[in-house]
Amino acid sequence: MQDTQGQSGRDRDTACFRTRGLTKVYGSGASAVHALRGVDLDIPEGDLVVLLGPSGSGKSTLLNILGGLDRPTGGEFLFRGENLTQASTRALTLYRRRHVGFVFQFYNLMPSLTARENVELVTEIAQNGLSAGEALELVGLEKRADHFPAELSGGEQQRVAIARAIAKRPEVMLCDEPTGALDSATGIRVLQALKTVNETLGATTIIITHNAGVADTAHRVITFSDGQVGNVRVNTARANPEDLAW
Amino acid sequence: MVGGGRFDMARLVPRKLDRKLLRDLWATKMQAIAIAFVVAAGIAVHVVAAGMLDSLQETRRAYYDRYRFADVWAPVVRAPDRLLAGIRDIPGVAAAETRVTSHVLFDIPGMDAPASGQAISLPDNGRPAVNHIHLTEGRLPRRGQRDEAVLLDAFARAHGIAAGDTVALTLHGGREELRIVGIALSPEHVYAVAPGQLVPDARLFGVVWMGREALAQAVDRDGAFTEAVVTLEPGYPEAAVTGALDRLLAPYGAPGAYGREQQISDAFISSEITQLSTMARVLPPIFLAVAAFLVNVVLTRLVAMERTEIGLLKAFGYHDGDVVWHYVKFAGAIGVLGLAIGLGLGTWLGRQMAVLYTEYYHFPFLIFRLEAGVYLSACLVTALAVGGGGALAAWRAARLDPAVAMRAPPPPDYSKSIGAGLTRWRMLDRQTRMVFRQILRWPGRSAFTLVGVSVSGGLLIGTLFFLDSVDVMIDVYFNSANRQDVSVSFVEPRSWEAFHSLRRMPGVIEAEPVRQVAVRLRHGAAEERTALSGVPRGARLSRMVDLDNRSVEAPPGALVMSQDLADKLAIAAGDLIEVEVTEGRRPVFELPVSAVTTTLVGSGLQMEIGDLNRLLGEGRVLSGASLRVDAHETRALYARLKDTPGIAGVSLQSEAEERFVELLDQSLGTSIVIYTGFAALIAIGVVYNSVRISFSEREHELAVLRVLGFTRGEVAYVLLGEIAILTLLALPVGALMGTGLAWGFSQAMSSDLFRLPFVISPRTYGYAAGVVLVIAISSALMIRSRLDKLDMVAVLKSGE
Repeated sequence: MQDTQGQSGRDRDTACFRTRGLTKVYGSGASAVHALRGVDLDIPEGDLVVLLGPSGSGKSTLLNILGGLDRPTGGEFLFRGENLTQASTRALTLYRRRHVGFVFQFYNLMPSLTARENVELVTEIAQNGLSAGEALELVGLEKRADHFPAELSGGEQQRVAIARAIAKRPEVMLCDEPTGALDSATGIRVLQALKTVNETLGATTIIITHNAGVADTAHRVITFSDGQVGNVRVNTARANPEDLAW
Repeated sequence: MVGGGRFDMARLVPRKLDRKLLRDLWATKMQAIAIAFVVAAGIAVHVVAAGMLDSLQETRRAYYDRYRFADVWAPVVRAPDRLLAGIRDIPGVAAAETRVTSHVLFDIPGMDAPASGQAISLPDNGRPAVNHIHLTEGRLPRRGQRDEAVLLDAFARAHGIAAGDTVALTLHGGREELRIVGIALSPEHVYAVAPGQLVPDARLFGVVWMGREALAQAVDRDGAFTEAVVTLEPGYPEAAVTGALDRLLAPYGAPGAYGREQQISDAFISSEITQLSTMARVLPPIFLAVAAFLVNVVLTRLVAMERTEIGLLKAFGYHDGDVVWHYVKFAGAIGVLGLAIGLGLGTWLGRQMAVLYTEYYHFPFLIFRLEAGVYLSACLVTALAVGGGGALAAWRAARLDPAVAMRAPPPPDYSKSIGAGLTRWRMLDRQTRMVFRQILRWPGRSAFTLVGVSVSGGLLIGTLFFLDSVDVMIDVYFNSANRQDVSVSFVEPRSWEAFHSLRRMPGVIEAEPVRQVAVRLRHGAAEERTALSGVPRGARLSRMVDLDNRSVEAPPGALVMSQDLADKLAIAAGDLIEVEVTEGRRPVFELPVSAVTTTLVGSGLQMEIGDLNRLLGEGRVLSGASLRVDAHETRALYARLKDTPGIAGVSLQSEAEERFVELLDQSLGTSIVIYTGFAALIAIGVVYNSVRISFSEREHELAVLRVLGFTRGEVAYVLLGEIAILTLLALPVGALMGTGLAWGFSQAMSSDLFRLPFVISPRTYGYAAGVVLVIAISSALMIRSRLDKLDMVAVLKSGE
């Protein structure tokens, strides 16, 4: 893959992600599972998008493909106009390294590194990152920077994970159930952090959630069912995370 | 009864669990095999060592028994036959025989070098009561057939001589042509080495057995014998019998009776058996201990990783006992595999080694024996190590509350370990900090890997040390202490004229006279029989040297003694010692020992030849000479030596050195190859399992790194950095352990015949380090390929 850094014009008309007829089949023959059955999507630059849908509807599969963790079985997938459908493992690694920030349900911090070091782990390999201090400040954790994950609460760990994801100034933030393991108050803090990042850094943000309330905070809500896009809703008025009923 | 659960025998084999067992074993097959290898290595070493040793000892015992191998030899110059009855009457003597022996020089067609040897008489009527021989071909000489003889099997084979052939030899100054009627093995010549020589050479040393009357007449000993051989009543003290024999035979020129300890063939085998048994005592326990330790730790970690599954099983209603039993079976399956490989391999190798030794020692038969106890102890150790490891770990897991066990364990807390302080080290990148913290967070586990790798490195050094040591021994013996090309010994002491004529022989560049007498040394209560050598001052060919290869000489009137003799006699430099010459007029002297020096091969007692001649009051005489010769003229020299009367033996140093190296390669070398192989197996087991388990434990973390955009190389660094650092640290630790082990071996393995110098060459350290590194790198590469298959998608969906 060529470096896509040069095409960083934040034109709202250009889709950050574009998929056409995207399919993903796991296994083969009678036991084949069709996770995606032809997904056509355009996700504009800078949007905060929420993916809703029941378990097994294909949200995570799509997120994995958009994040360069998995390859589609058929169809096309473009990132800023560049076709990544057949990108090599090496090219996908570079793509994740330069452009994508991930936030997981289970935080996935390195237990052997402090909060600051967890963030630095990423800034060390980023080209134009924030400092670890700035990133932690964005999520309100600058005071806990020298603590190890085992010394942090779940919400704090998730915010470190967000700081780690944003520290590289990603063009894309992909979040798979970021509040899934958190209580409501903590969940709201995490959503606030994600919103701040989306607004401050302009990163296109895709959040998978089972919490329909979260959808109200997004620019765009995409509902999945049975491996296909069911419905795309554009929120004219977005809710603030702190106003959410959990 | 285990834990809170009821242990129900009827549920001992839940079928579903057994299916899980098979799947678990299949899933962890590489690790299971690696553990099984370690068990197998430990067990095999134990069985090989025990099997080889038991068989060798048992075969020797049976051989000696069946062929009535003597317990005591009593040589004389000439004693009348009638003394036999008196000898048989000595209390403690079970059987006695007298015989005539003589030096011979063979003249083998097509061979330039003279082969020396011995002629031994057989009774004219029936088998000897002591020291019978084993015919492999033909028959014994018939009474009255003066030219019939039986030839030593090894010598016959080396020269392609069969029954029916004729052999020419010089016997008592006269040339004889003997018809070979039989080929034989003899318990006296298991290790067929010429007197005063270091190594057997089948080509250069032979034995002929002739009828008593024929031999006695040929060597002018009609109605007399030159040696009495006796066997002892079981348990009767040897010293009492040798004392009585000495008193009885003293008037007949007896240098002193001696036991098996000083019978050259038996002394060599005993020395070899001692070395083997030291190895068998020291090495297998180390191997077994490492194997047990390793198996225990690996299983503990393997089971600990299954805590979620254990929680699940318990949530399904399985009892604690079922769970523990399941993992004991898991461990047991690995143990049984290791045991099967180890016992099979050990028995097979043990037998191969025993066969090798039988051929090498020319035993007429082999009794392969492996005590049931050896198998039993192997099973017991395996059961303890493997079963214990599995049960302990499973027991710990089974005690967990199912709900707790099913939940992922909390993230390990690194804030309390000393690795936390690494934050201050700015120049360390984050990945390197992860590597160091991983090591420091689990110091016990890191120490285990370190020790495991160190021990395998140490074992490699400890076993390879023998080759270095023997190299030095050979170098010192042949290139520093004995630099002559040819040693000539006379039948009896000769005048200086004989020395001059030797010096004038073709090809002789340099010659040194040697005077040798049999002596008995006494210091306090200690007494030793040995040979006292007189050598010229400033001897350049045959001399005593210290460990730094410097010549050690005796000042006028004094002796130089080797350390082993000094130890036995409790003598230090400066002490006086009583020296009884056991030849001729048997004078007794008190002489000062001026220096004690460590000799690597054999014992040594020297003084200046002129001093010795004066002491003996015999004028300038010599018993032999050391010669340095022109390699181009050896043929002419050998021809002259063969024609010279009065020469008892000729030995060729270059051939001796070759044979010595060959011999050590065959015997010690084979054991070393086996032990080295097993040490490498242990290294594989430790390193592969350490990396593999580290991978399993950190698979999740590594996948996250891949998701974050780290390349495979960068992720490999985080995983393999740990084992790389530990392996690099293990190299010096292993070198230290190996050095210690080698020192221990050099102390434990010294015998009357050899002292193993404590020398380890840089090559050995390098080789051991190389093997460990190659194993570490290949294990790492095997695991690295798994990094390419990390499931990043699964990471997004699961916690730790």
